[in-house]
Amino acid sequence: MSPTDPVAARPGAADRPLLTAAGLRKAFGQNEVLRGIDFEVRRGEVVVLIGPSGSGKTTVLRSLNGLETPDAGVLDLDGGPVIDFAAQALGPAKAAKRERLALRDRSAMVFQHHNLFPHLTVLENVIEGPVQVQRVPKVRAVAEATALLERVGLAEKRDAYPFELSGGQQQRVGIVRALALKPDLLLFDEPTSALDPELVGEVLQVIAELAREGWTMVVVTHELAFARQAADEVLFLDGGVVVERGAPAELFTAPREERTRRFLDRILRPLD
Amino acid sequence: MADGWQLFLDSFWPIVWGAVSGTIPLALASFAIGLVLALGVALMRLSRNRVVSGIARVYISIIRGTPLLVQLFVIFYGLPAIGVVIDPWPSAIAAFSLNVGGYAAEIIRAAILSVPKGQWEAGYTVGMSHAKTLRRIILPQAARVSVPPLSNSFISLVKDTSLASLILVTELFKVSQQIAAFSQEFMLLYLEAALVYWLICLALSSGQSALERRLDRYVAH
Ligand SMILES: Nc1ncnc2c1ncn2[C@@H]1O[C@H](COP(=O)(O)OP(=O)(O)OP(=O)(O)O)[C@@H](O)[C@H]1O
Ligand SMILES: [Mg+2]
Repeated sequence: MSPTDPVAARPGAADRPLLTAAGLRKAFGQNEVLRGIDFEVRRGEVVVLIGPSGSGKTTVLRSLNGLETPDAGVLDLDGGPVIDFAAQALGPAKAAKRERLALRDRSAMVFQHHNLFPHLTVLENVIEGPVQVQRVPKVRAVAEATALLERVGLAEKRDAYPFELSGGQQQRVGIVRALALKPDLLLFDEPTSALDPELVGEVLQVIAELAREGWTMVVVTHELAFARQAADEVLFLDGGVVVERGAPAELFTAPREERTRRFLDRILRPLD
Repeated sequence: MADGWQLFLDSFWPIVWGAVSGTIPLALASFAIGLVLALGVALMRLSRNRVVSGIARVYISIIRGTPLLVQLFVIFYGLPAIGVVIDPWPSAIAAFSLNVGGYAAEIIRAAILSVPKGQWEAGYTVGMSHAKTLRRIILPQAARVSVPPLSNSFISLVKDTSLASLILVTELFKVSQQIAAFSQEFMLLYLEAALVYWLICLALSSGQSALERRLDRYVAH
């Protein structure tokens, strides 16, 4: 259950970021959603993305998982792939597809609406990727999945279908499904925003624990208390650019930018 | 009246035999081939390639826009004119399969589209290719949605196989026609044929319910 060794075999690799995103741009028709996004994620680091609705947070995450293809910019994962999207757009479709799959090999996404496979049991959901894609022997995949489910308190639900679980349990299975792939990078897109308030805690606890264990993750969330506790760096996105970034303690207490201040005010004091 | 009852009993098993040796295998074979065809046509129709989806669209349009009886006659009586002679049975199976292929393609296409987009993305994020996501994630869910309309198609097909009597296939209706012609008891024999069709469809309907219950085990009730 531990992430890959933070210090890679190659000398000096430890100070190279796991992920470097540079100049990511994406437009949907006339709508320029990403207008040059730059950031780095180091091994074992938790980066939290915040920002108003429509600021491009989901689009950034989806780009990291190969679900969306930026128009320009570079994604560089230490150990590959290194993708220059502007160049990719001009190259053959086959190569683009290969790069997209390579990106997916390194990362796994936890969705806002869990997107569990409804026709598969909890256990089948978790082992689907390892067995069908990574060719892990089924016995081993089942053993690993069972251990992971135990860790999030869902061992006795392994033969249940997703519809038989509460929202919080479904989302924990979603997290385990991502963990079972042993990705280098975990991506969370508002993992608690579709949950009833009393179920938010159990999911955030699991994520916070993964952070403590040293998993590398990028998390989109509006749970500022969680960000304050778990994040190494917070990026505030607005209008497709990173308006401000910093350690949570600084950014939340003393934001430098007016736009950041107004956004945080709206979240912390919605009634004022 | 007693004579009528006797004729009913005497003709019942020959008619049932017509169903067992003609109607049912004809319907099953045509439906099986038709479904495979329909899946292919549905996937073509969903293709982003305009030519591929265009071909599927034209095929569906022709099948749905022309009478089944005419399709059957084109194959059996029409093709020999250009040197292609096909026996009654293969002709019937070809016509019915092509017909199912057109109608079921639209059902399957709609069922595939009814699976939420998030399911595709979840497949991708666990590392599956498009084809694998389709096969392991999307089609099983689409199958559940398409069982009721496909069952209706199958029940219609069973009844439509009576048209095969017109191209010399011996099946349920052909047998009753022959007995009717011989005995001159048209009302009795055709009602009897109707009864046997009805019994088959009743059995199919209950099979459909059982299948739906089985496929519904993973959804909330
Ligand atoms: N597939 C798409 N086609 C067209 N427009 C899109 C698509 N995906 C996203 N957009 C648009 O891109 C913009 C940014 O969307 P994105 O989902 O990245 O924002 P977000 O920061 O995640 O917002 P939220 O907090 O509401 O989830 C929005 O205006 C959205 O309408
Ligand atoms: Mg979003």
